[in-house]
Amino acid sequence: MSANNSSSAPKRISSVEMKNIVKRFPGVLANTDVNFDVRAGEVHALLGENGAGKSTLMRQLYGLYKPNEGEILVDGRPVVFNSPADAIKAGIGMIHQHFMLIPTLTVTENVALGLTSSREPMLDLDVVEKKILELSKAYGLKVDPSAYIWQLSVGEQQRVEIIKALYRNAGIIILDEPTAVLTPQEVNDLFATLRKIIAEGHGFVFISHKLHEVMAICDRVSVLRDGAMIGTRSMEGVTREDLVKMMVGREMKTLPHQDHKEGEVRLKIKGLRAIGDRNTETLCGVDLEIRSGEILGIAGVSGNGQRELAQCLTGLRKSSAGTIFLDGDEITHMPLLKRMEAGQAYIPEERMQDGAIREFSVQENLFLRDHAAPENTHGIFLNFKRMSERTAEVVKQYNVKTPTIETPIKNLSGGNIQKLILARELSRKPKFLIAAQPTRGVDIGATEYIHQRLLEQRDSGTAILLISEDLDETRSLSDRIAVMYEGKIVGIVGRDGATVEQIGLMMAGISMEEAMKG
Amino acid sequence: MEEIFSQAVLIGIITSAIRLATPYIFASIGEAFSQSSGVVNLGVDGIMLVGAFVAYYITLTTGNLWLAVLGAVIIGLLMGLLMSFISVTMRAEQGISGIGLYMFGLGLSSLLFKVLVGSVQTIEGFHEMDIPGLSTIPVIGEIFFRNSLPVYVAFLLIPVAWWFLEKTTWGLMIRAVGQNPAAADSLGVNVNRVRYFSVCFGAIMASLAGASLSTALVNLFQENLTAGLGFIAVALVYFGGWKPVGILIGALLFSTVNAFQLWMQVLGVNIPSDVAVMLPYLLTIVALVAVTSRIRPPAALNKPFDRGEN
Repeated sequence: MSANNSSSAPKRISSVEMKNIVKRFPGVLANTDVNFDVRAGEVHALLGENGAGKSTLMRQLYGLYKPNEGEILVDGRPVVFNSPADAIKAGIGMIHQHFMLIPTLTVTENVALGLTSSREPMLDLDVVEKKILELSKAYGLKVDPSAYIWQLSVGEQQRVEIIKALYRNAGIIILDEPTAVLTPQEVNDLFATLRKIIAEGHGFVFISHKLHEVMAICDRVSVLRDGAMIGTRSMEGVTREDLVKMMVGREMKTLPHQDHKEGEVRLKIKGLRAIGDRNTETLCGVDLEIRSGEILGIAGVSGNGQRELAQCLTGLRKSSAGTIFLDGDEITHMPLLKRMEAGQAYIPEERMQDGAIREFSVQENLFLRDHAAPENTHGIFLNFKRMSERTAEVVKQYNVKTPTIETPIKNLSGGNIQKLILARELSRKPKFLIAAQPTRGVDIGATEYIHQRLLEQRDSGTAILLISEDLDETRSLSDRIAVMYEGKIVGIVGRDGATVEQIGLMMAGISMEEAMKG
Repeated sequence: MEEIFSQAVLIGIITSAIRLATPYIFASIGEAFSQSSGVVNLGVDGIMLVGAFVAYYITLTTGNLWLAVLGAVIIGLLMGLLMSFISVTMRAEQGISGIGLYMFGLGLSSLLFKVLVGSVQTIEGFHEMDIPGLSTIPVIGEIFFRNSLPVYVAFLLIPVAWWFLEKTTWGLMIRAVGQNPAAADSLGVNVNRVRYFSVCFGAIMASLAGASLSTALVNLFQENLTAGLGFIAVALVYFGGWKPVGILIGALLFSTVNAFQLWMQVLGVNIPSDVAVMLPYLLTIVALVAVTSRIRPPAALNKPFDRGEN
């Protein structure tokens, strides 16, 4: 029994329409004359590359931004949203890509936040808890109302977000990249839940750039490109290739995977352990070998030790036990600079936090690493002439789109920043490269380019450790895939040695033998 | 030496400690509200000075203590609105705006004192009120139930503040806004309104802390009357882990050390008075270092909120 059918609950909305929406940011036209609609009982995919304007469009539907032009209709009636409070009142819910939860509060408190209590000014957490349990039962959303958010897995947190929207009687719910942080099995669970909610008469907007998911769950698809609506279609008869063409405006070549020429062991990790930021052991004895001319991919849900592994290898985090060898020399306790001199390079996960300095120019960022190299200096002075020549060369070679080499890097798109970081890290012809989330938040064109460069680097003999949350990326680039769960390597498979489902099971902690049986 | 720690002296120290804790409690509880919503207000000491002067001056000229309290509330609210406008609406760096507010309060109260009063004059402040029945209990009654009204109010504020922060919808909103303003915003909570409320409440409490000092504890005003007491109040919020009970413990700890050094001076114990006066401040540093490991500040502390539209 759904809680919404009780007589006291107001009627749910059944359609939302956005007409001729224009949204401008200083210097950017984020949405140009966009039309979009969603109805109860359907999942409408909103597809597009990063920066195409998907989130911006939906943030207007949720009252976070105000459109410069155009109108929004709810059940045919025009509405104006000044804040999310208005959108919630109108029956719209949104589940953000980065969950909007307060870790230090309980599930019940998170749901109750912003609601008018039945006992104002006192909280009525017992009433809220009861209704959460009802919703949880009606929709199969298993969650413990008294648990603190920080205790919950990502999948559970997402269920809390869905409950928050249902609790507020949202008829239309916007899901912003809901699968980005889930294992394949969790994605299946999510889809099953969505189908149940749809059957109760709700509608969803599904923002994504993952085509197979769009094909799996959606009824209609709309594609945004550079802020403009390319088209809306029923999913029937639409192929993957059609969608790619709509998204990118051209056909994509699929990456031909050539077999690699495997060399000798470059990097050897034995029994590596480390303590994470929360003072618990997050690397619990990792053994790995990476050969020259090989890409080893790490698959796993984020937070299972991948970050700490990368940090231990770069020297940014002290390991508590274990050894690391590069070309047979122990580097376990070697300081960072020495490791770079020994031939190690690093593409960090947090591009703007660990990979570049926001306010520094393109040129300054390119030389963050090698500014003290003899060719870039005259004694104690920097050789600006040589540095600017080199920057111009690199910008051209790596196809970095920037107005000038003096432009602050924060003004560049994610893809262009990443290309510059790649150029910086590859310039020293590394023996061993750690690439953490190299294409996260990067557009398809730049992703294609970065993949190409990584494969070239591999072919030239570099050993590459690829850490990615995008299983498709890991599978298409890696020669071998190591699956990580709770700080351990669950198993290592060859590139065609396991199906997505098998890897997914291992990502959830199922042993390799068990997973391979399935 | 033994008569120094006689029963009378011990009772004297504890009684003073209870009274001296009053301004700390007002100011720290107020600052805890402000910080729980994500705004550090370093201007507490300045607001205290202005509140202390206004309450003192109204009492001096009218003799009406209730009018004095009202005056302190109004001036506190004005200072709070100023701080909120700078740090919430204009999104200025909170540490800097707080220090600015402190300097402003210090300067303004000194100026007004020189122009309007000129010399140190005592006033008739809040009298001690014996609680019938309880005040006659030996020792306990003497310590706890023969105090002035502001002292009772300060101690009552602890459970009230706890109740408000933990049990009401507004308390939940304040805590949420201090942890993740974007999440609160996405549920329709007006982040700026919650922060204005918390900062202004904090400022009113700071102003009352000052008033309690000038009208109940020392019954006078002089330049820089608080002597940095407001900064200790800010430190106490960290020490108390943003919880009213923790703040109470901290306030009592500092007021006890303060009372101890005052009594040592009164009794003529042979330590230089400058060293004795340093004691509470030294203790602030030691205590803060000791609790650093368990300090978990509100995640959005010191971070102005911006939806990112502009």
